[in-house]
Amino acid sequence: MTETTTRARGATEMPVYMRRNEFEPVPELTALRDGPRVAKVRTAFGMDVWAVTRHEDVREVLSDAGTFSNTLGMARMAMMDDLSDAERARMRAGNLLAFDPPDHTRLRRMLTPEFTIRRMRRLEPRIHEIVDEHLDAMEAKGPPSDLVTDFALPVPSLVICELLGVPYADRDEFQRRTGLLLDMSLPMAERRRVGLESREYMATLVTRAKADPGEDLLGMLVREHGDDLSFDELAGIANLLLIAGHETTSNMLGLGTLALLRHPDQLAIVRDDPDAIEPAVEELLRWLSIVHSGTMKTTTADTEIGGVAIPKGDTVLCALPAANRDPRSLDDPDRLDVTRGAIGHVAFGHGIHHCLGAPLARMEMRIGFPALLRRFPTLAEVPGSADFRSFHVIYGMAKMEVTW
Amino acid sequence: MVSEEKHVHVVADRDTCIGAGMCVMSAEDVFDQDDDGLVTLLVEDPADRTAVRRAVEGCPSGALRITAG
Repeated sequence: MTETTTRARGATEMPVYMRRNEFEPVPELTALRDGPRVAKVRTAFGMDVWAVTRHEDVREVLSDAGTFSNTLGMARMAMMDDLSDAERARMRAGNLLAFDPPDHTRLRRMLTPEFTIRRMRRLEPRIHEIVDEHLDAMEAKGPPSDLVTDFALPVPSLVICELLGVPYADRDEFQRRTGLLLDMSLPMAERRRVGLESREYMATLVTRAKADPGEDLLGMLVREHGDDLSFDELAGIANLLLIAGHETTSNMLGLGTLALLRHPDQLAIVRDDPDAIEPAVEELLRWLSIVHSGTMKTTTADTEIGGVAIPKGDTVLCALPAANRDPRSLDDPDRLDVTRGAIGHVAFGHGIHHCLGAPLARMEMRIGFPALLRRFPTLAEVPGSADFRSFHVIYGMAKMEVTW
Repeated sequence: MVSEEKHVHVVADRDTCIGAGMCVMSAEDVFDQDDDGLVTLLVEDPADRTAVRRAVEGCPSGALRITAG
Protein backbone atom coordinates (compact mmCIF):
# COMPACT_ATOMS: atom_id res chain seq x y z
CA MET A 1 0.00 0.00 0.00
CA THR A 2 1.58 3.29 -0.99
CA GLU A 3 1.62 6.46 1.09
CA THR A 4 -0.62 8.15 -1.48
CA THR A 5 -3.43 5.62 -1.30
CA THR A 6 -3.47 5.55 2.50
CA ARG A 7 -3.51 9.36 2.58
CA ALA A 8 -6.32 9.48 0.06
CA ARG A 9 -8.42 7.24 2.28
CA GLY A 10 -7.70 9.28 5.37
CA ALA A 11 -10.46 11.19 7.00
CA THR A 12 -8.95 14.49 8.10
CA GLU A 13 -5.96 16.76 7.92
CA MET A 14 -2.89 15.91 9.96
CA PRO A 15 -2.88 17.77 13.29
CA VAL A 16 -0.21 20.36 14.03
CA TYR A 17 1.39 18.30 16.82
CA MET A 18 2.11 15.48 14.34
CA ARG A 19 3.42 17.54 11.46
CA ARG A 20 7.16 17.59 10.83
CA ASN A 21 9.64 18.80 8.27
CA GLU A 22 11.78 15.67 8.15
CA PHE A 23 13.33 15.72 11.65
CA GLU A 24 11.89 19.03 12.80
CA PRO A 25 8.57 19.80 14.45
CA VAL A 26 6.79 22.34 12.21
CA PRO A 27 7.21 26.05 13.05
CA GLU A 28 3.47 26.29 13.87
CA LEU A 29 4.02 23.88 16.77
CA THR A 30 7.12 25.57 18.16
CA ALA A 31 5.30 28.90 17.83
CA LEU A 32 2.58 27.51 20.12
CA ARG A 33 5.25 26.58 22.64
CA ASP A 34 7.04 29.90 22.49
CA GLY A 35 3.82 31.92 22.40
CA PRO A 36 0.56 30.85 24.06
CA ARG A 37 2.27 27.86 25.74
CA VAL A 38 -0.97 25.88 26.11
CA ALA A 39 -3.49 26.13 23.27
CA LYS A 40 -6.43 24.36 21.70
CA VAL A 41 -5.54 22.27 18.65
CA ARG A 42 -7.65 20.02 16.44
CA THR A 43 -6.89 16.29 16.54
CA ALA A 44 -7.00 13.94 13.56
CA PHE A 45 -10.52 13.01 14.66
CA GLY A 46 -11.78 16.57 14.58
CA MET A 47 -11.86 17.01 18.34
CA ASP A 48 -10.45 20.19 19.90
CA VAL A 49 -8.02 19.48 22.73
CA TRP A 50 -5.46 21.40 24.77
CA ALA A 51 -1.90 20.91 23.57
CA VAL A 52 0.78 21.31 26.23
CA THR A 53 4.10 22.19 24.60
CA ARG A 54 6.70 23.33 27.16
CA HIS A 55 9.04 20.89 28.86
CA GLU A 56 8.18 21.90 32.42
CA ASP A 57 4.42 21.87 31.70
CA VAL A 58 4.59 18.44 30.05
CA ARG A 59 6.43 17.05 33.07
CA GLU A 60 3.85 18.59 35.36
CA VAL A 61 0.90 17.11 33.45
CA LEU A 62 2.50 13.68 33.19
CA SER A 63 3.39 13.69 36.89
CA ASP A 64 -0.19 14.31 37.98
CA ALA A 65 -2.28 11.26 37.10
CA GLY A 66 -4.89 12.36 39.63
CA THR A 67 -5.78 15.52 37.69
CA PHE A 68 -4.99 14.23 34.19
CA SER A 69 -6.76 10.91 33.82
CA ASN A 70 -5.88 8.24 31.28
CA THR A 71 -8.97 6.21 32.18
CA LEU A 72 -11.28 9.04 31.20
CA GLY A 73 -9.03 10.02 28.28
CA MET A 74 -9.26 6.54 26.81
CA ALA A 75 -13.02 6.42 27.20
CA ARG A 76 -13.13 9.46 24.90
CA MET A 77 -11.27 7.81 22.08
CA ALA A 78 -13.09 8.11 18.80
CA MET A 79 -12.31 4.46 18.17
CA MET A 80 -14.63 3.47 21.02
CA ASP A 81 -17.48 5.85 20.22
CA ASP A 82 -20.23 3.40 19.33
CA LEU A 83 -19.21 0.48 21.54
CA SER A 84 -21.25 -0.90 24.42
CA ASP A 85 -19.75 -0.68 27.92
CA ALA A 86 -18.93 -4.41 27.88
CA GLU A 87 -17.17 -4.12 24.52
CA ARG A 88 -15.22 -1.10 25.71
CA ALA A 89 -14.13 -2.93 28.83
CA ARG A 90 -12.93 -5.82 26.72
CA MET A 91 -10.97 -3.54 24.36
CA ARG A 92 -9.32 -1.81 27.32
CA ALA A 93 -8.55 -4.86 29.46
CA GLY A 94 -4.84 -5.18 30.22
CA ASN A 95 -3.92 -1.97 28.35
CA LEU A 96 -1.85 -0.17 30.95
CA LEU A 97 -2.20 3.11 29.09
CA ALA A 98 -5.97 3.02 29.57
CA PHE A 99 -5.94 3.04 33.37
CA ASP A 100 -5.19 5.32 36.32
CA PRO A 101 -4.07 4.13 39.76
CA PRO A 102 -4.88 1.85 41.47
CA ASP A 103 -5.84 -0.29 38.41
CA HIS A 104 -2.74 0.82 36.57
CA THR A 105 -0.50 0.15 39.59
CA ARG A 106 -1.82 -3.40 39.88
CA LEU A 107 -0.94 -4.23 36.25
CA ARG A 108 2.34 -2.36 36.18
CA ARG A 109 3.63 -4.06 39.33
CA MET A 110 3.19 -7.46 37.68
CA LEU A 111 5.38 -6.40 34.76
CA THR A 112 8.03 -4.30 36.49
CA PRO A 113 10.27 -7.28 37.46
CA GLU A 114 10.56 -8.24 33.79
CA PHE A 115 12.04 -4.90 32.70
CA THR A 116 14.67 -4.16 35.33
CA ILE A 117 18.12 -2.98 34.33
CA ARG A 118 19.54 -6.30 35.58
CA ARG A 119 17.04 -8.32 33.58
CA MET A 120 17.91 -6.35 30.45
CA ARG A 121 21.61 -7.07 30.98
CA ARG A 122 20.79 -10.78 30.87
CA LEU A 123 19.21 -10.25 27.44
CA GLU A 124 22.25 -8.35 26.18
CA PRO A 125 24.15 -11.33 24.62
CA ARG A 126 21.05 -12.49 22.77
CA ILE A 127 20.38 -8.98 21.42
CA HIS A 128 23.99 -8.86 20.15
CA GLU A 129 23.39 -12.17 18.36
CA ILE A 130 20.15 -10.99 16.78
CA VAL A 131 21.76 -7.74 15.61
CA ASP A 132 24.78 -9.59 14.19
CA GLU A 133 22.62 -12.15 12.38
CA HIS A 134 20.73 -9.37 10.62
CA LEU A 135 23.92 -7.53 9.72
CA ASP A 136 25.37 -10.80 8.36
CA ALA A 137 22.30 -11.22 6.17
CA MET A 138 22.56 -7.63 4.89
CA GLU A 139 26.23 -8.12 4.11
CA ALA A 140 25.62 -11.44 2.34
CA LYS A 141 22.86 -9.97 0.22
CA GLY A 142 24.92 -6.88 -0.59
CA PRO A 143 23.86 -3.28 -1.18
CA PRO A 144 21.48 -1.61 -1.64
CA SER A 145 19.33 -2.57 1.32
CA ASP A 146 16.11 -1.16 2.74
CA LEU A 147 17.29 -0.52 6.28
CA VAL A 148 13.71 -0.65 7.59
CA THR A 149 12.88 -4.14 6.34
CA ASP A 150 16.38 -5.62 6.72
CA PHE A 151 17.39 -4.23 10.10
CA ALA A 152 15.31 -1.62 11.92
CA LEU A 153 12.03 -3.56 11.96
CA PRO A 154 13.15 -7.21 12.29
CA VAL A 155 15.65 -6.72 15.15
CA PRO A 156 13.21 -5.34 17.75
CA SER A 157 10.45 -7.61 16.40
CA LEU A 158 12.50 -10.73 17.04
CA VAL A 159 13.61 -9.46 20.46
CA ILE A 160 10.07 -8.78 21.67
CA CYS A 161 8.80 -12.06 20.18
CA GLU A 162 11.36 -14.05 22.15
CA LEU A 163 10.84 -12.04 25.32
CA LEU A 164 7.07 -12.28 25.15
CA GLY A 165 6.64 -15.75 23.68
CA VAL A 166 5.19 -14.84 20.28
CA PRO A 167 6.12 -17.12 17.35
CA TYR A 168 8.42 -15.11 15.09
CA ALA A 169 6.95 -16.99 12.12
CA ASP A 170 3.82 -14.87 12.65
CA ARG A 171 5.74 -11.62 12.17
CA ASP A 172 4.42 -10.68 8.74
CA GLU A 173 0.88 -10.70 10.04
CA PHE A 174 1.45 -8.85 13.30
CA GLN A 175 3.73 -6.27 11.71
CA ARG A 176 1.07 -5.62 9.09
CA ARG A 177 -1.63 -5.31 11.75
CA THR A 178 0.42 -2.94 13.90
CA GLY A 179 1.22 -0.81 10.87
CA LEU A 180 -2.48 -0.46 10.06
CA LEU A 181 -3.64 -0.04 13.66
CA LEU A 182 -1.35 2.94 14.22
CA ASP A 183 -1.92 4.51 10.80
CA MET A 184 -4.01 7.54 11.62
CA SER A 185 -4.86 8.23 8.01
CA LEU A 186 -7.01 5.10 7.84
CA PRO A 187 -10.74 5.15 8.57
CA MET A 188 -11.42 4.48 12.24
CA ALA A 189 -13.62 1.47 11.46
CA GLU A 190 -10.75 -0.21 9.69
CA ARG A 191 -8.28 0.50 12.47
CA ARG A 192 -10.70 -0.89 15.01
CA ARG A 193 -11.23 -4.04 12.96
CA VAL A 194 -7.47 -4.56 12.84
CA GLY A 195 -7.27 -3.86 16.58
CA LEU A 196 -9.81 -6.59 17.27
CA GLU A 197 -7.95 -8.99 14.98
CA SER A 198 -4.79 -8.26 16.89
CA ARG A 199 -6.49 -9.04 20.21
CA GLU A 200 -7.93 -12.25 18.79
CA TYR A 201 -4.48 -13.33 17.69
CA MET A 202 -3.21 -12.63 21.21
CA ALA A 203 -6.08 -14.64 22.66
CA THR A 204 -4.83 -17.72 20.79
CA LEU A 205 -1.37 -17.20 22.31
CA VAL A 206 -2.85 -16.76 25.79
CA THR A 207 -4.84 -19.98 25.40
CA ARG A 208 -1.64 -21.78 24.46
CA ALA A 209 0.32 -20.22 27.34
CA LYS A 210 -2.40 -21.16 29.84
CA ALA A 211 -2.24 -24.81 28.71
CA ASP A 212 1.55 -24.91 28.73
CA PRO A 213 3.22 -21.82 30.23
CA GLY A 214 6.76 -21.39 28.88
CA GLU A 215 9.77 -19.49 30.20
CA ASP A 216 8.77 -16.31 28.37
CA LEU A 217 6.93 -13.29 29.74
CA LEU A 218 3.50 -14.61 28.83
CA GLY A 219 4.31 -17.89 30.57
CA MET A 220 5.53 -15.99 33.64
CA LEU A 221 2.33 -13.94 33.79
CA VAL A 222 0.23 -17.12 33.58
CA ARG A 223 2.31 -18.91 36.24
CA GLU A 224 2.65 -16.07 38.71
CA HIS A 225 -0.48 -14.00 38.13
CA GLY A 226 -2.77 -16.42 36.31
CA ASP A 227 -5.32 -16.24 39.12
CA ASP A 228 -5.31 -12.43 39.35
CA LEU A 229 -5.50 -11.65 35.65
CA SER A 230 -8.52 -12.29 33.48
CA PHE A 231 -8.11 -13.87 30.07
CA ASP A 232 -8.83 -10.51 28.41
CA GLU A 233 -6.26 -8.79 30.61
CA LEU A 234 -3.56 -11.29 29.63
CA ALA A 235 -4.38 -10.82 25.97
CA GLY A 236 -4.43 -7.03 26.40
CA ILE A 237 -1.06 -6.89 28.17
CA ALA A 238 0.57 -9.11 25.55
CA ASN A 239 -1.02 -7.09 22.76
CA LEU A 240 0.28 -3.79 24.13
CA LEU A 241 3.78 -5.14 24.70
CA LEU A 242 4.00 -6.65 21.23
CA ILE A 243 2.87 -3.44 19.52
CA ALA A 244 4.94 -1.13 21.69
CA GLY A 245 7.92 -3.48 21.58
CA HIS A 246 8.52 -3.48 17.86
CA GLU A 247 7.03 -0.27 16.42
CA THR A 248 8.87 2.17 18.65
CA THR A 249 12.43 0.87 18.67
CA SER A 250 12.24 0.04 14.99
CA ASN A 251 11.42 3.64 14.14
CA MET A 252 14.19 4.92 16.39
CA LEU A 253 16.69 2.64 14.64
CA GLY A 254 15.56 3.73 11.16
CA LEU A 255 15.11 7.44 11.79
CA GLY A 256 18.13 7.56 14.09
CA THR A 257 20.40 6.04 11.46
CA LEU A 258 19.21 8.56 8.88
CA ALA A 259 19.77 11.40 11.36
CA LEU A 260 23.34 10.21 11.95
CA LEU A 261 24.00 9.76 8.21
CA ARG A 262 22.99 13.37 7.72
CA HIS A 263 25.27 14.50 10.58
CA PRO A 264 28.54 12.72 9.66
CA ASP A 265 30.51 14.30 12.53
CA GLN A 266 27.98 12.91 15.01
CA LEU A 267 27.94 9.54 13.26
CA ALA A 268 31.73 9.29 13.56
CA ILE A 269 31.52 9.83 17.32
CA VAL A 270 28.94 7.04 17.73
CA ARG A 271 30.88 4.68 15.46
CA ASP A 272 34.35 5.28 16.87
CA ASP A 273 33.91 5.88 20.60
CA PRO A 274 32.36 3.00 22.58
CA ASP A 275 31.63 5.35 25.52
CA ALA A 276 29.66 7.72 23.31
CA ILE A 277 26.68 5.48 22.70
CA GLU A 278 24.77 5.92 25.98
CA PRO A 279 24.49 9.72 25.77
CA ALA A 280 24.04 9.45 21.99
CA VAL A 281 20.95 7.26 22.39
CA GLU A 282 19.45 9.76 24.85
CA GLU A 283 20.12 12.62 22.44
CA LEU A 284 18.57 10.75 19.51
CA LEU A 285 15.53 9.96 21.65
CA ARG A 286 15.19 13.63 22.54
CA TRP A 287 15.92 15.11 19.14
CA LEU A 288 13.71 12.68 17.20
CA SER A 289 10.87 12.31 19.75
CA ILE A 290 9.16 9.69 17.61
CA VAL A 291 6.06 9.55 19.84
CA HIS A 292 4.21 12.73 18.84
CA SER A 293 2.05 12.90 21.95
CA GLY A 294 1.37 10.64 24.85
CA THR A 295 -2.09 9.24 25.41
CA MET A 296 -4.86 11.81 25.73
CA LYS A 297 -5.73 12.80 29.29
CA THR A 298 -9.00 14.13 30.64
CA THR A 299 -9.01 16.61 33.51
CA THR A 300 -10.77 15.40 36.65
CA ALA A 301 -11.10 18.95 38.05
CA ASP A 302 -10.74 22.58 37.00
CA THR A 303 -7.03 23.15 36.76
CA GLU A 304 -4.33 25.37 35.30
CA ILE A 305 -1.26 24.68 33.21
CA GLY A 306 1.34 27.40 32.71
CA GLY A 307 -1.18 30.07 33.68
CA VAL A 308 -3.86 28.81 31.29
CA ALA A 309 -7.14 27.72 32.91
CA ILE A 310 -8.34 24.27 31.84
CA PRO A 311 -11.88 23.31 32.87
CA LYS A 312 -12.79 19.95 34.34
CA GLY A 313 -13.62 17.32 31.70
CA ASP A 314 -11.43 18.80 28.96
CA THR A 315 -8.90 16.75 27.02
CA VAL A 316 -5.18 17.47 27.17
CA LEU A 317 -2.31 16.12 25.12
CA CYS A 318 1.43 16.58 25.51
CA ALA A 319 3.34 17.57 22.37
CA LEU A 320 6.55 15.68 23.11
CA PRO A 321 8.74 16.93 20.21
CA ALA A 322 7.99 20.53 21.18
CA ALA A 323 8.81 19.84 24.84
CA ASN A 324 12.02 18.01 23.99
CA ARG A 325 13.25 21.00 22.02
CA ASP A 326 12.18 23.61 24.52
CA PRO A 327 14.92 26.28 24.69
CA ARG A 328 13.93 26.86 28.33
CA SER A 329 15.13 23.39 29.27
CA LEU A 330 18.37 23.18 27.27
CA ASP A 331 20.68 25.25 25.09
CA ASP A 332 20.45 25.18 21.31
CA PRO A 333 17.75 22.48 21.38
CA ASP A 334 17.41 22.08 17.62
CA ARG A 335 21.03 20.99 17.27
CA LEU A 336 21.73 17.25 17.34
CA ASP A 337 24.66 16.88 19.74
CA VAL A 338 25.28 13.29 20.77
CA THR A 339 27.68 14.37 23.50
CA ARG A 340 25.10 16.26 25.59
CA GLY A 341 24.59 13.35 27.95
CA ALA A 342 21.29 14.64 29.34
CA ILE A 343 18.53 12.24 30.33
CA GLY A 344 15.95 14.89 31.16
CA HIS A 345 14.00 14.35 27.94
CA VAL A 346 10.38 13.19 27.85
CA ALA A 347 10.67 10.90 24.81
CA PHE A 348 9.64 7.95 27.01
CA GLY A 349 7.04 10.08 28.75
CA HIS A 350 7.18 10.88 32.45
CA GLY A 351 5.17 9.96 35.53
CA ILE A 352 3.55 6.62 36.22
CA HIS A 353 3.06 5.76 32.54
CA HIS A 354 6.77 6.27 31.72
CA CYS A 355 7.59 3.66 29.06
CA LEU A 356 7.79 0.22 30.66
CA GLY A 357 10.06 -1.02 27.88
CA ALA A 358 12.48 1.92 28.03
CA PRO A 359 15.37 -0.18 29.39
CA LEU A 360 14.85 -2.70 26.58
CA ALA A 361 14.63 0.00 23.91
CA ARG A 362 17.81 1.62 25.22
CA MET A 363 19.63 -1.71 25.21
CA GLU A 364 18.55 -2.45 21.63
CA MET A 365 19.70 0.95 20.43
CA ARG A 366 22.97 0.90 22.35
CA ILE A 367 23.79 -2.38 20.64
CA GLY A 368 22.17 -1.73 17.26
CA PHE A 369 23.56 1.67 16.20
CA PRO A 370 27.28 1.03 16.82
CA ALA A 371 27.09 -2.51 15.39
CA LEU A 372 25.50 -1.21 12.18
CA LEU A 373 27.93 1.68 11.80
CA ARG A 374 30.99 -0.46 12.50
CA ARG A 375 29.92 -3.25 10.16
CA PHE A 376 29.41 -0.79 7.31
CA PRO A 377 31.80 2.12 7.89
CA THR A 378 30.93 3.57 4.49
CA LEU A 379 27.16 3.37 5.07
CA ALA A 380 25.30 5.99 3.01
CA GLU A 381 21.71 6.72 2.16
CA VAL A 382 20.55 6.19 -1.40
CA PRO A 383 19.59 9.76 -2.37
CA GLY A 384 15.85 10.28 -2.69
CA SER A 385 14.93 6.96 -1.07
CA ALA A 386 14.11 8.18 2.45
CA ASP A 387 10.34 7.95 2.88
CA PHE A 388 9.21 9.59 6.14
CA ARG A 389 6.05 8.08 7.62
CA SER A 390 4.08 10.92 9.09
CA PHE A 391 0.41 10.25 9.65
CA HIS A 392 1.03 7.60 12.23
CA VAL A 393 0.96 7.32 16.02
CA ILE A 394 4.74 6.79 15.90
CA TYR A 395 6.93 8.91 13.61
CA GLY A 396 9.52 7.10 11.54
CA MET A 397 10.67 5.83 8.19
CA ALA A 398 8.42 3.81 5.87
CA LYS A 399 11.46 2.99 3.76
CA MET A 400 15.09 3.98 3.64
CA GLU A 401 17.60 2.55 1.20
CA VAL A 402 21.23 2.42 2.15
CA THR A 403 24.39 1.38 0.41
CA TRP A 404 27.98 0.75 1.54
CA MET B 1 38.13 18.11 47.06
CA VAL B 2 36.08 14.99 47.65
CA SER B 3 36.54 15.18 51.41
CA GLU B 4 35.04 18.68 51.46
CA GLU B 5 31.93 17.53 49.63
CA LYS B 6 28.87 17.21 51.81
CA HIS B 7 26.98 13.98 51.62
CA VAL B 8 23.30 14.06 50.77
CA HIS B 9 20.57 12.05 52.41
CA VAL B 10 18.25 10.37 49.95
CA VAL B 11 14.88 8.76 50.61
CA ALA B 12 13.13 6.32 48.26
CA ASP B 13 9.37 5.73 48.42
CA ARG B 14 8.75 2.20 47.21
CA ASP B 15 4.98 2.70 47.15
CA THR B 16 5.42 5.42 44.55
CA CYS B 17 8.19 3.69 42.57
CA ILE B 18 7.20 2.27 39.18
CA GLY B 19 10.47 0.42 38.63
CA ALA B 20 11.61 2.46 35.63
CA GLY B 21 15.22 1.93 36.70
CA MET B 22 16.28 5.45 35.74
CA CYS B 23 17.99 5.91 39.11
CA VAL B 24 20.09 2.79 38.54
CA MET B 25 21.12 4.27 35.19
CA SER B 26 22.07 7.58 36.79
CA ALA B 27 23.82 6.30 39.92
CA GLU B 28 24.25 2.56 40.09
CA ASP B 29 26.44 2.77 43.20
CA VAL B 30 23.55 4.32 45.09
CA PHE B 31 20.39 2.72 43.70
CA ASP B 32 19.38 -0.81 42.83
CA GLN B 33 16.19 -2.67 41.95
CA ASP B 34 14.97 -5.64 44.00
CA ASP B 35 13.33 -8.76 42.57
CA ASP B 36 10.07 -6.84 42.19
CA GLY B 37 11.89 -4.21 40.15
CA LEU B 38 11.38 -1.55 42.83
CA VAL B 39 14.03 0.84 44.09
CA THR B 40 16.37 -0.09 46.92
CA LEU B 41 19.06 2.13 48.38
CA LEU B 42 22.58 0.78 48.51
CA VAL B 43 23.76 3.81 50.51
CA GLU B 44 21.57 6.35 52.25
CA ASP B 45 24.12 9.14 52.41
CA PRO B 46 25.88 9.00 49.05
CA ALA B 47 28.87 11.21 48.26
CA ASP B 48 28.25 11.66 44.53
CA ARG B 49 25.77 14.49 44.82
CA THR B 50 25.62 15.28 41.12
CA ALA B 51 24.61 11.77 40.12
CA VAL B 52 22.08 11.56 42.95
CA ARG B 53 20.51 14.88 42.04
CA ARG B 54 20.28 13.71 38.45
CA ALA B 55 18.58 10.52 39.60
CA VAL B 56 16.11 12.43 41.78
CA GLU B 57 15.26 14.87 38.99
CA GLY B 58 15.01 12.10 36.42
CA CYS B 59 12.82 9.75 38.45
CA PRO B 60 9.61 9.46 36.40
CA SER B 61 7.35 8.61 39.33
CA GLY B 62 8.77 11.12 41.81
CA ALA B 63 9.70 8.35 44.24
CA LEU B 64 13.04 9.88 45.23
CA ARG B 65 13.71 12.78 47.55
CA ILE B 66 16.79 14.45 48.96
CA THR B 67 16.19 15.40 52.58
CA ALA B 68 19.54 16.95 53.51
CA GLY B 69 22.69 18.30 51.91
